[in-house]
Amino acid sequence: MRRWRTGAQTLAAEHRSTAVAVTVVVGFGLGFGVARLLASSIAYWDVVSGPFWLTVRVAVPATMIAGALGIASGYVLAKGRFRGRNLLETIGSLPIILPPTVIGFYLLEVLSPGTRVGGFLTRVVGHALVYNVAGCIIAASVAAYPFCLRAARAAIEGVDPLLEQAARAIGLPDWRVALQVTLPLARRGIAAGLTIGCARALGEYGATLMVGGDINGKTRTLSLAILDSFTTPERNTMFLILVLMAITAMTGVGLLGRSRA
Amino acid sequence: MSALEVAVTRRVGEFELDVSFAVESGISVLFGPSGAGKTLTLSLIAGLLRPDTGTITINGHVVSDCERSLFVSTQERRIGMVFQDGLLLPHRTVLDNVALAVRQRTARRERRAMALSWLERVGASQLADRRPGSLSGGQRQRVALARGLAGDPALVLLDEPLSSLDESVRRDLGDLIREVIVASGVPALLVTHDPDEAEKLGDVVIAYREGRVVGSRPVERTDRGPDGEGSEGEPT
Repeated sequence: MRRWRTGAQTLAAEHRSTAVAVTVVVGFGLGFGVARLLASSIAYWDVVSGPFWLTVRVAVPATMIAGALGIASGYVLAKGRFRGRNLLETIGSLPIILPPTVIGFYLLEVLSPGTRVGGFLTRVVGHALVYNVAGCIIAASVAAYPFCLRAARAAIEGVDPLLEQAARAIGLPDWRVALQVTLPLARRGIAAGLTIGCARALGEYGATLMVGGDINGKTRTLSLAILDSFTTPERNTMFLILVLMAITAMTGVGLLGRSRA
Repeated sequence: MSALEVAVTRRVGEFELDVSFAVESGISVLFGPSGAGKTLTLSLIAGLLRPDTGTITINGHVVSDCERSLFVSTQERRIGMVFQDGLLLPHRTVLDNVALAVRQRTARRERRAMALSWLERVGASQLADRRPGSLSGGQRQRVALARGLAGDPALVLLDEPLSSLDESVRRDLGDLIREVIVASGVPALLVTHDPDEAEKLGDVVIAYREGRVVGSRPVERTDRGPDGEGSEGEPT
């Protein structure tokens, strides 16, 4: 037990931002679990549980997609020696700059089966990419992507090029230098980007509203459900559960901070 | 056939390197003051930089020929390299660092066994599970030496491997570098600005000044190695 605790503390110290993010997510999960245990005494439980699990189903794949694309394009922008790299990063960062509803508008233009591109994509995929979970995942991925991209580029540019040269000098091919040297050495910055990207995906509202459609039981994520519940009798239930989740998450972060001190 | 033949020029800002020399078996030393172009020469030989003109031949294979636009990548030159600060990968263990350099297409377990045997040869096998960040400067250079030789290189390049170490560590590690390289039979090119180090470690000293080779002479020594080419007598 003691060894496990020491290991966990070392891991937490090495990957601070990741540890905080994991603690927040676990804390939210615990709060949700406690609320679930009390479900019999909480009215309108389903109002929260459905959107909660949908949010997890959307945010996890969205973070993975945004992370994979962000790391790959961050690597190209950091290592490539071609003109227009900064312009490409600016274009990739548009979801941060533009209002979420504008992003949602453009996504609708691209994904709707009625448009040329959307029609083609719909035929390729075999089903529509709007007003369903796939649309929510795409919207959350687009929102999370710039955070992953910018963090990955900065972290990869921060890796000592002499270490990469040393790896080439011992015979490692470039793809192994990337996978076994550059990315592991950039892992903290990349993890920080994934953390912020995941948080953005979890809280995505505007683009998800437009592309997902806020359909109850189908595309209503927690962010949408919070606003929807505000004018309904479920409001108190939502308030209670969110407070419970926030308290457990903050308690976890507090304990993490004390264990490091 | 020479282990290495260099005849290149390279301009970096105002500085111009224009050198021509050959390296046979044993340890050859590029000796000269800081800024003479020694490390630049190593970078050109290793393929970390491209020459402006000229050719570089390693073990009979042309690896760089500007006229023919031929440039063999660093990975395909079969060189081992020991850097001034070791440059071990900080996120991998000592054993991993050396095992990564083993080029044979063998199973992972065999590569690690080979890496461990190199660590034993440099007296660092007890460090196998440690991370480079927890090693002293001398320990790091021992591991770097093992890594430089573990890939079965045709030539090993050593860029001021002792310059960042204390005097006592330099003496011991200098002896070890010579002993291990001579025993391995791999030709080596070592860069230093220290005349004592050049005499102690080299079989041949190639003198550099302001980007030119200004002299080359053999060092007479008693421990020339298994081929017995060395002549008897005190180091000059």
